[in-house]
Amino acid sequence: MKNVKVLGSGCANCANTLKLIEAVALAKGADIHLEKVEDMKQIMMLGVLTTPGVIIDGKLVHAGGVPARAKVESWF
Amino acid sequence: MSTATGIAVTRRAPWAWLVLGLAGWIAAYASLTPFADMVVAALGLARETRLGEALHFFVYDTPKVMLLLTGIVFAMGVIHTFVSPERTRALLSGRRLGVGNVMAATLGIVTPFCSCSAVPLFIGFLAAGVPLGVTFSFLIAAPMVNEVALALLFGLFGWQVAALYLGLGLVVAIVAGLVIGRLGMERHLEGWVRDMQATQPAEFEAPAIGWAERIDAGAAHVKQIVGKVWPYILLGIAVGAGIHGYVPEDFMASIMGRDAPWWSLPAAVLIGVPMYSNAAGIIPVVEALLGKGAALGTVLAFMMSVIALSLPEMIILRKVLKPPLIAAFAGIVAAGILLVGVIFNATL
Repeated sequence: MKNVKVLGSGCANCANTLKLIEAVALAKGADIHLEKVEDMKQIMMLGVLTTPGVIIDGKLVHAGGVPARAKVESWF
Repeated sequence: MSTATGIAVTRRAPWAWLVLGLAGWIAAYASLTPFADMVVAALGLARETRLGEALHFFVYDTPKVMLLLTGIVFAMGVIHTFVSPERTRALLSGRRLGVGNVMAATLGIVTPFCSCSAVPLFIGFLAAGVPLGVTFSFLIAAPMVNEVALALLFGLFGWQVAALYLGLGLVVAIVAGLVIGRLGMERHLEGWVRDMQATQPAEFEAPAIGWAERIDAGAAHVKQIVGKVWPYILLGIAVGAGIHGYVPEDFMASIMGRDAPWWSLPAAVLIGVPMYSNAAGIIPVVEALLGKGAALGTVLAFMMSVIALSLPEMIILRKVLKPPLIAAFAGIVAAGILLVGVIFNATL
């Protein structure tokens, strides 16, 4: 199971990123634990400079803007 | 042609697609006046009539502004692929006040930046050793001097006005950052932000990309930005066209014109501070004010204060800044904008 964190202060792009990851994981039948991190202090602790950021199993894979669908598909 | 096929084409031959697009763009730009003349004539209107003049203005300016906007936004989308926030931060880390402020304000124009990232960027910059004053220069320039504002000013009022806005926006960002840096206001950061300055940023390796992807990024930027702002532009030009044909030129002259009372300019800046709009949303208002005889300096100062300072932004920044620093930030930027307005009105 993959642990996926979406980091963002709750802007529209962050919500869209979350929805996209959910949809792709469902379509590919990937087993993920999706988590939303909205607390600014925590986001900074994780070292993200631009939101939304995506962390999978502790590794930052994307930052700044909604990722392309193909990019999300490559994660699962 | 749909964007989907456009992207498929660029994957195969990015340069051919770019040259084709550029040729089409130039051809379209060159035929703006004949096109407008043709439309007005086809409707059986004479340009001498009020309706004819208003319509000619609309069918000439709309494609012109859209072309300029598309071109500039595309170029900016390609430039964005060269400058990531991570790279900008590395460039600014440890810079001194002065050179650092000039670099920060300039990089603020070309670094891809979404307003919802303002706080993480702010803290991330400080954490990496970018001085507070330099960080502020970046944060002030980034929203104020943006490609949409420049493209619209260029299209509607000429390149001189766009260049002036660019230059003065940079000056305000640089000077405001310098002043904030000199005031030594680091103690007015929230405690947890100061502690954060010791943390290490996460490693984030941007994947290597080629020209096909860069051109794709330009096209995607056009789709995103132009797709969002076109209704405001149509509205702005329609307002402009209406004024062009119908409203007397000196309607606003007594309140916001060059001979208006002294308080006219400060009032315009003050009214603009709590207002929040992006560059596209404010353009119809700018067009209306200018068309009715308001002075250019007063109008540009109003536009800058609406875009650069806003209540929602202050509320977000409150999470990381204590009130005295927020007040200093708003006060110094507003004063800078005011000065720009005064200089503009006095020299033009």
